[in-house]
Amino acid sequence: MKNLICIECPIGCGLQAEKNGEQWIIKGNRCRKGEQFAINELTDPRRSVCSTVKTIFKEVPRLSVRTDGEVPLKSIFEVMEQINRVILERPVHIGEVIIENVCNTGINVIATSDLIYLLEAK
Amino acid sequence: MSNYDVVVLGGGPAGLAAALASHGKGMNTLIIEREHRLGGILKQCIHDGFGLVRFKEKLTGPEYAHRFIEQVQAQDIPVLLNTYVVQVDKSEAGFELTVVNRQNGIEKIEAKALIMATGCRERTARQVFINGTRPAGVYTAGTAQHLVNLEGYLPGKKCVILGSGDIGLIMARRLTLEGAQVLGVYEAKSTPSGLSRNIVQCLHDFNIPLHLSTTITRVFGDDRVEAVEIAQVDENMRPIAGTEQVIECDTVILSVGLIPENEIAEMLGIQMDAATRGPVVDQHFMTSVPGVFSCGNSLHVNDLVDYVSESGEIAGASAAQYVRETRVRELVEIKKDNQDFLYVVPQHININTSNQQVILYFRSRDIRENMRVTIKSGDNVLFSRKYVILRPPEMERVRFQLKGDIPAGRPIEITMEPAEDKGVAQ
Repeated sequence: MKNLICIECPIGCGLQAEKNGEQWIIKGNRCRKGEQFAINELTDPRRSVCSTVKTIFKEVPRLSVRTDGEVPLKSIFEVMEQINRVILERPVHIGEVIIENVCNTGINVIATSDLIYLLEAK
Repeated sequence: MSNYDVVVLGGGPAGLAAALASHGKGMNTLIIEREHRLGGILKQCIHDGFGLVRFKEKLTGPEYAHRFIEQVQAQDIPVLLNTYVVQVDKSEAGFELTVVNRQNGIEKIEAKALIMATGCRERTARQVFINGTRPAGVYTAGTAQHLVNLEGYLPGKKCVILGSGDIGLIMARRLTLEGAQVLGVYEAKSTPSGLSRNIVQCLHDFNIPLHLSTTITRVFGDDRVEAVEIAQVDENMRPIAGTEQVIECDTVILSVGLIPENEIAEMLGIQMDAATRGPVVDQHFMTSVPGVFSCGNSLHVNDLVDYVSESGEIAGASAAQYVRETRVRELVEIKKDNQDFLYVVPQHININTSNQQVILYFRSRDIRENMRVTIKSGDNVLFSRKYVILRPPEMERVRFQLKGDIPAGRPIEITMEPAEDKGVAQ
C-alpha cells in the first residue's frame, strides 16, 4: 500500500493506494479528483511549472509564465531551461503563448501577467 | 477636495473585490494604492493554485488579480496609484483622508465610508530573536519572492529556510527551480505551518528536507551570511543544549508569520482583536468605528485568496448599505472558548440588520479530529456541522442565517465538542 497526499486542492486529503491486479484502489479521497491524482501520481506523475521569463522592458524586467497543462515531473528542469532561454522583446497580453510545445511535451508556456497592462500602468 | 461615497485603502485582492462590490451597489468609489500597480501581493505570487474555490480553476496570482483588475478598469472605478494615506480624521461627512502622491502633493479626500484592505506584513528577523551578527543575506520569504519573481535576482545560492509557512515552502521550490540549493526548511513547531499539498509539491518533489522542532539559533558572517547554527527545541520551543549544528549557507529565508497591517485602523482608535491582530468586526465587517470596514488580510491572515475576495465583497456591499441607510447597531458578542478556537471572525453579530446571512471564519487552537462545531443563541441552533479534522493552518468558513430568537444582550456561542459518532462530515 502506498500513502500519498493529494495536491489537487488545499484540503490535501491523505490517500491510500493499493493495487488489485491491474486496478488501483484508492481510499481517503473526498472527491473524484483525488482518485485520478493518486493513479497519475503512481504511474506518470505530472506538475505544472510556474516561472518567469526575461524581457527587454526596463519597467517590467520579468514576466510571469506557466505551463498551460502539466508536464512530467521528471522534465521540470528541462522545461525550466527552455523558459530561462527566453528574452521577450514584444509586449504580450495575459494568456499568450510564449513557448509552443515546450520540450515536446505537447504543453505550451503561456504568459500569466499582462505585459501590455503592466507597461501602461506606470 | 474630492468627495466619494466609499474609499478603499489598498488595491490587492481584498480592495479590488471591495471596490467592485461597492461600485456595483451604485457607490461613487475610489481605490487608493501605495504601489504603482494594482494586484497587491498577488503580483509576485506567480505559482498556481489560486481561485479553486471561486473560479474552479488553478490560476496563478497575477492571473487571479487580473480578473479583478480588468473589471475595475472596465467599470472605470477611479484608482490613485503611488499614493499613501498619511492621516485619517473623522469629519462631518464621515472621514477626511490626507493623502500624498507625486502628482498632486498633499491632498484631502472626503469619504462617507472607509474600507481597509491594507493586507498584512511579514514578521522579520528582529521579531523572532535570532542571535549573532547581522550580515547581508537574511531575507523574508516575501522579499526573496519579490526579488526573484519581479526583479529577476536570485538572492542566494545556498539557502536555508526558517519557518514552514506557505510562502517559505513556495520559495523553497522557486529558489530550487532557479538553480539555488535549498539545504532545508527548519520549523520550531512540531507540525508544519503550511498546507500539506505545499509540503508535497514544494519539498518532496525536490527532495528538500523538512526539520520539525528545529530552529536557527545563530547567524554567522560579517558582510554576508556564512553559516547558521541550528538546534532542536523542546515543547516550549526552547533550544536543547547539545543539539546544535552549524550549517554553511549564504542565505537565510524567513517564513515566520504574517501580521495584519492596521496602522490606519489604530489611528482611528478602532478596537482590535489580540488573536487576529485585526479589528473587531460584526458580520458586515464593520469595525467598532461606524463607517469603517475591514477585509482581507488586514482583518485576519487568510490562507486562501478566494476568502480574501469574499470578505472584500462583504465589506464593499456592507459599506454601500451603510452609506444608504445608517441603522443603529445592536451588537451581540460571539462567545468562544480560547482553548478550542484560535480565533473567530466576526467577533460580533449585529442583530438589527436586514441582511440575515452571516459568513464566519474560524481556526481551531490545535489539531482536532471528529469535532462538532455548533453556533447557537441560547437553545436556538444557528449552525452545526461535524468536522473529520480541524487544523490551525486551515481556516474554516461557515455560513448561516440569523433566524429564530436571537435576543440582544445574550451572547451567541460557538462551541467545539467531540462528535457523537465517527462518520462522514455532513
